[in-house]
Amino acid sequence: MSNLNNQMVNKYRNDFLKEVEANVEEGDWVKMCMQCGVCAGSCPMGPYWDHPPQEIFMMIRAGKREEVLSSTSMWMCTSCYNCIARCPRELPITHIMHGLAHYGKRLGIAPKNQPTLKFSQKFWDNLMTNGRVNELKLGIALYFIDGFVQGIKNALAASGIGLGMFKAKRLDPMEILGGHSVKDKSGLKAMIKKAQEIEEARISGNQ
Amino acid sequence: MAKEYSYYPGCSSQKGASGSNLQKSLDSVLDTLDIKLNDIPDWNCCSASIGYSGGGELPRIALSARNIALSEKNNPGQEIVASCAACWLATRETKERIEGSEEIREGTEAALKEAHLEISKEMPKVRHMTEVLIEDIGFEAMKEKVVKPLEGIKIAGYVGCQTNRPFGIDGESFENPMYLDKMVEAMGADSIPTYEKKVACCGGALAFSEPQKSQALVKGIIESAYDNGADMIVTPCPVCQMNVEIYQDQINATYGTKFHIPVTYYSTLMAVAYGKSAKEAALDGQVIRAKQLEDIANK
Repeated sequence: MSNLNNQMVNKYRNDFLKEVEANVEEGDWVKMCMQCGVCAGSCPMGPYWDHPPQEIFMMIRAGKREEVLSSTSMWMCTSCYNCIARCPRELPITHIMHGLAHYGKRLGIAPKNQPTLKFSQKFWDNLMTNGRVNELKLGIALYFIDGFVQGIKNALAASGIGLGMFKAKRLDPMEILGGHSVKDKSGLKAMIKKAQEIEEARISGNQ
Repeated sequence: MAKEYSYYPGCSSQKGASGSNLQKSLDSVLDTLDIKLNDIPDWNCCSASIGYSGGGELPRIALSARNIALSEKNNPGQEIVASCAACWLATRETKERIEGSEEIREGTEAALKEAHLEISKEMPKVRHMTEVLIEDIGFEAMKEKVVKPLEGIKIAGYVGCQTNRPFGIDGESFENPMYLDKMVEAMGADSIPTYEKKVACCGGALAFSEPQKSQALVKGIIESAYDNGADMIVTPCPVCQMNVEIYQDQINATYGTKFHIPVTYYSTLMAVAYGKSAKEAALDGQVIRAKQLEDIANK
């Protein structure tokens, strides 16, 4: 368990709702949920998650900290925004799901080996390299996400798709040499570093 | 005089990238519609909706704020327009998030300062390309430019998620938006206004990380198009286009289906209907060829 996680446990004790309100993106909306379940019925991942959004919200109020932050449910969000569009209380549910997922990851208690967590991190790392996504490298990173042998298997299984995209000029093998990039990489990286520092200071200031 | 906009093309639009056929086909109709897009110089990725594992709220907001700042600096007075659903959504959300919180504005401004950039009090409006077509050009004007109507082609208008929610197009419903069907009709093709999967989710980024879950959704989207007698599917979104088009072989292998249905962009339809060549319409960018459109384009 990370140091930050321990600090947060000590600070908030049994008030997980307060912790979420203070530290999770759009977390101050959680208390507005009236448990109607429209989000659950609207979610395309309904057959798969352990907890629909309204249940996550009630678990937050009930102080089920570990269960919420280590849940795989939020990581299944496809960002379809159906829950947001339909919520009668207008909660920004999609953003709260992203925020809870990110917060669990930040504290080091997010689920291990959740595929979308790993892909999401790869995506961020990929775009941070050049300021723009390198689709070829992202694809390759994705195949090898579970190790080398599985990676070769994955790449072979997907080779038909890659070939189709290559023929349609929608996948460029030359991207391996660096690919598209912003010019002001140093400015972009300094900007992100600053944004990260501000955010970290805010969260640790809440300790 | 051409209508000018500050344009945010986005990663998938670049040469050799997955949505380059959207950009190509769109570029080919801009002259006809008297629209001029001025690219935002040195724009960066918006982190779409999937960067949230590594990127916290403020870093992600900073990414889109940098694009807004570059737009204000280089294309002053122009509205920002994006053709990618995720680009549009992230940029518009960022604008609203900054406008809604002094704390976020201050943090964003401090971060931007590191890149020697700034945003103004009144940031430009952030619009989707389809909004420009519908609101600034209009269905009638779009129709007037048609020289080769797409007669006899039945097209399922798949709007998808992020073009439609949470912002969508003014005056349209989230559950059954009609604008894509009207665009299909304007090009002379037959629309399917009751297409059940019009605003269903294709799985988005889960197509990469959890392909079985995403492909189960895509299966429904394609099945419903066939059930409605569609010859092809059209969409405004680069992720929808890719997810619904390129995994059909895998879905067939999993479910024993025989899917083979072209999925194009609205701009592909427009390019063909406006008499552009197959190449200009980026029909060579189809993984599943749109033969009916090729025939019209080559006529």
